[in-house]
Amino acid sequence: MGCSAFSKKNMKTKILLPFTIVSFLFIFFILYVGLNRSNIYIPETVTNEKIPTFKVKVFNSEKELTSKEIFENDIYYLLNIWASWCIPCRDEHPYLMQLKKNKKLEIVGLNYKDKVKNANNFLNELNNPYTLILSDTDGTIAIEWGAYGVPETFLIHNGKIIKKIIGPMNNNLFKEIERAVK
Amino acid sequence: MKILNLLVIIVFFFNFNVSNAKDRNLNSKITKNLRCLICQGQSIYDSDTEFANSLKLVVEKKIIEGMSENEIYEFLKTKYGEWILYDPALNQKTYILWLLPLLLFLIGGAIIFKNLKIKKN
Amino acid sequence: MASLIGSYSLFFSLGFSVLILFFSFKNLKNTINFDNKLLSLTFLQLLFIILSFFGLIIAFINSDFSNSTVFNHSHTTKPLFYKISGTWGNHEGSLLLWLLVLTLFIFLFLISSKKQPKKYRVLTLLFQQIIIIGFLIFLIQTSNPFAQIYPVPSEGLGLNPILQDPALAIHPPILYLGYVGSSIIFSSVLAASSTNYISKEWAKHIKQWILISWIFLTLGILLGSIWAYYELGWGGFWFWDPVENVSLMPWLALTTLFHCVLVLEKKLLLTSWVVILSIATFTLSMSGTFLVRSGILNSVHTFANDPERGLYILIFLFTLIFLSLFVFFFFHKTDGQNNTSFFWLSKETSILINNWFMMYFLAVVLIGTIYPIFLDVLTSQKISVGPPFYHKLIIPFLIPFLLAMAIGPKLNWIKSNLQNKSHLLLLFAISLILSFLIIRILEISFLVNTILFTSAFYLFFITLRDFFIKRFKNLAQNIAHFGFSLLILSILFNNFLSTEVITNLKVGETYKSDELTINFEKIEKIKKQNFEAIIGKFNVKSDNELLDILKPELRIYNQPNIVTSEADIKTNLLSDKFMTMNLVQNQEYFNIRYQIKPFMIWIWFSVIIISFGGLFSFFKKKYEN
Repeated sequence: MGCSAFSKKNMKTKILLPFTIVSFLFIFFILYVGLNRSNIYIPETVTNEKIPTFKVKVFNSEKELTSKEIFENDIYYLLNIWASWCIPCRDEHPYLMQLKKNKKLEIVGLNYKDKVKNANNFLNELNNPYTLILSDTDGTIAIEWGAYGVPETFLIHNGKIIKKIIGPMNNNLFKEIERAVK
Repeated sequence: MKILNLLVIIVFFFNFNVSNAKDRNLNSKITKNLRCLICQGQSIYDSDTEFANSLKLVVEKKIIEGMSENEIYEFLKTKYGEWILYDPALNQKTYILWLLPLLLFLIGGAIIFKNLKIKKN
Repeated sequence: MASLIGSYSLFFSLGFSVLILFFSFKNLKNTINFDNKLLSLTFLQLLFIILSFFGLIIAFINSDFSNSTVFNHSHTTKPLFYKISGTWGNHEGSLLLWLLVLTLFIFLFLISSKKQPKKYRVLTLLFQQIIIIGFLIFLIQTSNPFAQIYPVPSEGLGLNPILQDPALAIHPPILYLGYVGSSIIFSSVLAASSTNYISKEWAKHIKQWILISWIFLTLGILLGSIWAYYELGWGGFWFWDPVENVSLMPWLALTTLFHCVLVLEKKLLLTSWVVILSIATFTLSMSGTFLVRSGILNSVHTFANDPERGLYILIFLFTLIFLSLFVFFFFHKTDGQNNTSFFWLSKETSILINNWFMMYFLAVVLIGTIYPIFLDVLTSQKISVGPPFYHKLIIPFLIPFLLAMAIGPKLNWIKSNLQNKSHLLLLFAISLILSFLIIRILEISFLVNTILFTSAFYLFFITLRDFFIKRFKNLAQNIAHFGFSLLILSILFNNFLSTEVITNLKVGETYKSDELTINFEKIEKIKKQNFEAIIGKFNVKSDNELLDILKPELRIYNQPNIVTSEADIKTNLLSDKFMTMNLVQNQEYFNIRYQIKPFMIWIWFSVIIISFGGLFSFFKKKYEN
């Protein structure tokens, strides 16, 4: 079908040749830039969304709480998704212990797909930074939060997520949280 | 005997299919259209990561809660971004994606028909 | 030692490339006859690439960990078979395989094209050498398979367990014969364009090469798909993953090219279009390599990503594109074909319609695959393009495509009419009724499905009838079209009749539904050479009658330490029973999936029929010559 397009050669060549060259140069440019971009997708970390509404069981008890009850006060909350089997959680644990000292901040843990016994061992060994621990045995609550792995951490104020950390906390992120909570 | 066996199996298929819960079909339809964030080449349906397994449960819950297919997509889009959907919606960003192939089809057709002799000569 | 020989062989091959270039130019200017020195040099180059390739294989067999490729992709406890297949199961080794195919094909081309004009042969060799040199430098510069490690490690890192599989062991060589084999079409068309040799003779001669590439590419894609079916997914066989798409695109271009070359051979029409398609086929293969190896796209099958390599292939790819544009615009002559219009009802027209649809499918796959890159670069927005996109844009167009496939071959060259073709209508009516009944029974009440079934059945019946009526006339074409109708029908039935059970079970528990029960009887542990396996035993019963005993596995590989889930599949002519099990985090439960997938084997079988059509055509032409 391209046959006829090229048959009246001279006239069409004059239009087609530059057009083809420009298109290919454009494609080259896009692919060249694309090469240096990461191909791994990470959801946006800057949010200003309302916290999700859900019901959740309190860790190691039969008590159920709603999201409203958990984050009702006019202070900063830090929701930390963790599990005893998650190795990076051990790395960020000291930062959580540090943040615990901050009086304007309350740390809520969401225990992700864990066994009660293992989780308790973890906390006994490394201390407990959480004022409240919620239990997410099937991982569905984490999805309400838009999380997809452990650990993930959310900074909450006035019923809104103001910061989201994917993966373990580090020194810089720790300082950012300290600065945000004033 | 063999033919009888064959018949039994065919009937079995058909019955099995018909009585299959609608919810389950919807669930697998939805999860096939979701992309896994952990192993990013696979759908939620095909993946067996922790995240994928939980997301399957969430989809199941949402169906039971009475959310429609599109509402579930919308819900997940706000959580994880448009990237999670394998079926990109037609909007400003995707006009070229959806319409360019069709446009090329029309152009191709035009070129062919221009060269056809309709009359017998 | 073997590594050392292999390494030097690469440099020798590069040396031969330079010599070939030199003597080619000399041969072009001076003599009338083809210089046989060139043939000897090409043979020597091939020999050294083979030597290099065997050097790498031997390094793998001996687990020579001073070689970094071996160290990164092998392990002493691996079975010998996978040590050998590990040679091409990685980036460096597979590129060496690329080179092997490039040099092998040009050698075969030279010895089988003695009747062709000298200038054309020399130029083909020249263009092919440009590709060979490009890849040799790429290999030596950025991905040397013989890089040394010191101190020598005592143990290797092992081959990714999902690659330790018989289908995947032979998949790359078969696929590359088609994928890389298309390079010869590229070189040949550039040579033929430059020497104004696009003719009926050329078409007849290049058709054989198109067929070879096409057959191997078809089989290669099939093997990849079979592997994905039992290893990767949960019963799916085509995921529209970028890696699959990049193998499908050259296939679509090749299939179109093949049909087009038939017109060229008979009528000397469509010359420019054939040139464009020939260039496009190999360019698409190269683009595929770029997309997969550079890591610009995200896929299930990942090679070690390295932007530097990506940049090299990108530049090389565009060098080839601009080279071919140059040849096409400045050397290709389109004189002597005033008669470019066609009578509407003729074989030419039907082939044009085939082209039209194939190019559309190609456009869908190409745009779907690379659009996310463009969007990301231009607007920083990330989207995914997956199966629903391809299905929506392709399936409706399959309907007229299938009908054209059924009717097209009935038409004559130049001009035809459809008298005495009442059976065409009769078969259509039968197909329509049959499809209608099937849709009713299956309770899928979609208009599109009825028409889709109808058109697939129509092609099926018409080709089936032709086996009896026409017997040996157009047999190759009929086989391939028949295979295609069978493929579409199998996929349709498979899609609509598949059923599955997903549940979590502990050992000893039983899943019950109205139709069947699945009893998780026990698990046992087995230790093999390079992995430990946990094998579950499941009894599937229906109405207390034992249907199947399935034993899916979880394998814990030692090197690298990866857990894989191995499906157990019971195959018969009517359906596959497919079961996988997976661990559930921190619980005693196993996640079980049991699927009944009807006509699975027919999907594979029909692709084999399709490629058999190509094979038949290849040997028929040989016989006629």
